[in-house]
Amino acid sequence: MLDMVNEMLSMPFVVRALIVGVLVALCAALLGVSLVLKRYSMIGDGLSHVGFGTLAIALAFNVAPLQVSIPLVLLAAFLLLRLSENSKIKGDAAIALISSSALAVGVIIVAKAKGMPADLFNYMFGSILAMKTGDLYLSVAVSAVVLTLYVLFYNKIYAVTFDEKFAKATGTKTGLYNMLIALLTALVIVVGMRMMGAMLISSLIIFPALTSMRVFKSFKGVVICSAGLSAVCFIIGLVVSYAWDTPAGASIVVVNLAAFLVFFAVGFVNKALRHLCC
Amino acid sequence: MGSIISVQNVSVKYDSGFAVKDVSFDVCEGDYFCIVGENGSGKSTLMNTVLGLIRPSGGRVAYNGLKQNQIGFIPQQTAVQKDFPTSVREVILSGCTNRRGVLPFHANKDRQRVRDNIKRLDIEPLARKSYCDLSGGQQQRVLLARALCSADKILLLDEPAGGLDPVMANELYGLLGELNNSGAAIVMISHDMASAVKYAGKILHMQTSPLFYGKKKDYLASPVYKKIVGGAADA
Repeated sequence: MLDMVNEMLSMPFVVRALIVGVLVALCAALLGVSLVLKRYSMIGDGLSHVGFGTLAIALAFNVAPLQVSIPLVLLAAFLLLRLSENSKIKGDAAIALISSSALAVGVIIVAKAKGMPADLFNYMFGSILAMKTGDLYLSVAVSAVVLTLYVLFYNKIYAVTFDEKFAKATGTKTGLYNMLIALLTALVIVVGMRMMGAMLISSLIIFPALTSMRVFKSFKGVVICSAGLSAVCFIIGLVVSYAWDTPAGASIVVVNLAAFLVFFAVGFVNKALRHLCC
Repeated sequence: MGSIISVQNVSVKYDSGFAVKDVSFDVCEGDYFCIVGENGSGKSTLMNTVLGLIRPSGGRVAYNGLKQNQIGFIPQQTAVQKDFPTSVREVILSGCTNRRGVLPFHANKDRQRVRDNIKRLDIEPLARKSYCDLSGGQQQRVLLARALCSADKILLLDEPAGGLDPVMANELYGLLGELNNSGAAIVMISHDMASAVKYAGKILHMQTSPLFYGKKKDYLASPVYKKIVGGAADA
């Protein structure tokens, strides 16, 4: 086991993937708590599909993927948030339309441009080989920004997540903080997408929060547990993928699923014990 | 007593027509003001407009010497809050967030304020519990403590007794009465005509536009009230 870990760490691309992945997993989990509790999980999913479309465009025009993806996905985050806030036009359905459309356009572009199914597969389901040194710097920078802003605005984010109406009525600029959450989510998705895959990245956002909520009953507890759990699941997933030669992104999602089932069982037992005691 | 919120000819129009039409009233320091009316009569829309959550399509809402972050508010509970993982302390502390302005963290005096209000509302045994494990009446007390952390000059409440049993509702009204006696203005939307008439000093009876606005004494003698009481007696 130790030998294998040493062997993994001797390969630069694995180390890069590990650093980028742990940082992205951490940030995604933090933002995920608010997204899940605010019933905005669909935004994460929608953004990753739009992200796939933008990667395809970048491939077709042969430009650096992040230069195309970051502005377009940020724009999409802005629009999707507006859609889900406006309940009149059925926000969730509108997001589903946008995300499948972006996906369809992306698939067509990839098929027509180079006709390389391998690229398509990598974009959809991720590849740890995709992480270059430039990506490493970028993801460290993005994660630093996300973590700093999250800590600085933690109390405001809590207020907006628990009771937006109260927060707004008592003078907190809720629109601003909703937008902050959506834009940070967009950044995290773009950075994590090529490693995890456009289809799988949203699991990094949704799983840790849902898992932690089985056991922890305070917001701070859920936030801290999500972040830690997400990083741990990423590392285990990467090791599993190396040991059994399975796709990295998918392995990480499966590890997250396993963690969810364990926490679910613990939560169930906790509840049963409390009923017995009272 | 000076007016702290002044509502002048406010209307709110949706696609389907007016939700609130031409409403004017004043809330003064120390008022106990009840807004009554049937479902869909524009009560909540009116309160949301007063709070600045909805922009009025006509008229204006003026705060006289009152800042947005000096308002205490208890909204109707949302579905999101039912299974929200949060401790009672976190909920109450979030009432202090607005007074920090751009500053990121809570100060010691905020935490002291939380302790004071927990004591004031007699909810010390709940402080360490999870919010979603509490009963409806306990949750309402916690939200009241949060509102008091954000402001104790004026409290706006949207159907605070909705979903409470009569005992818990009376307890809540008692608490609000005490707060009012100690100087807080109370603006409350209520379904419960009996208690509104019992506690309020001023009453606004809404049916998109005001059917009655004035002192309780005059309301009790008004045809609007007599019709409702008469209707209840017939039923």
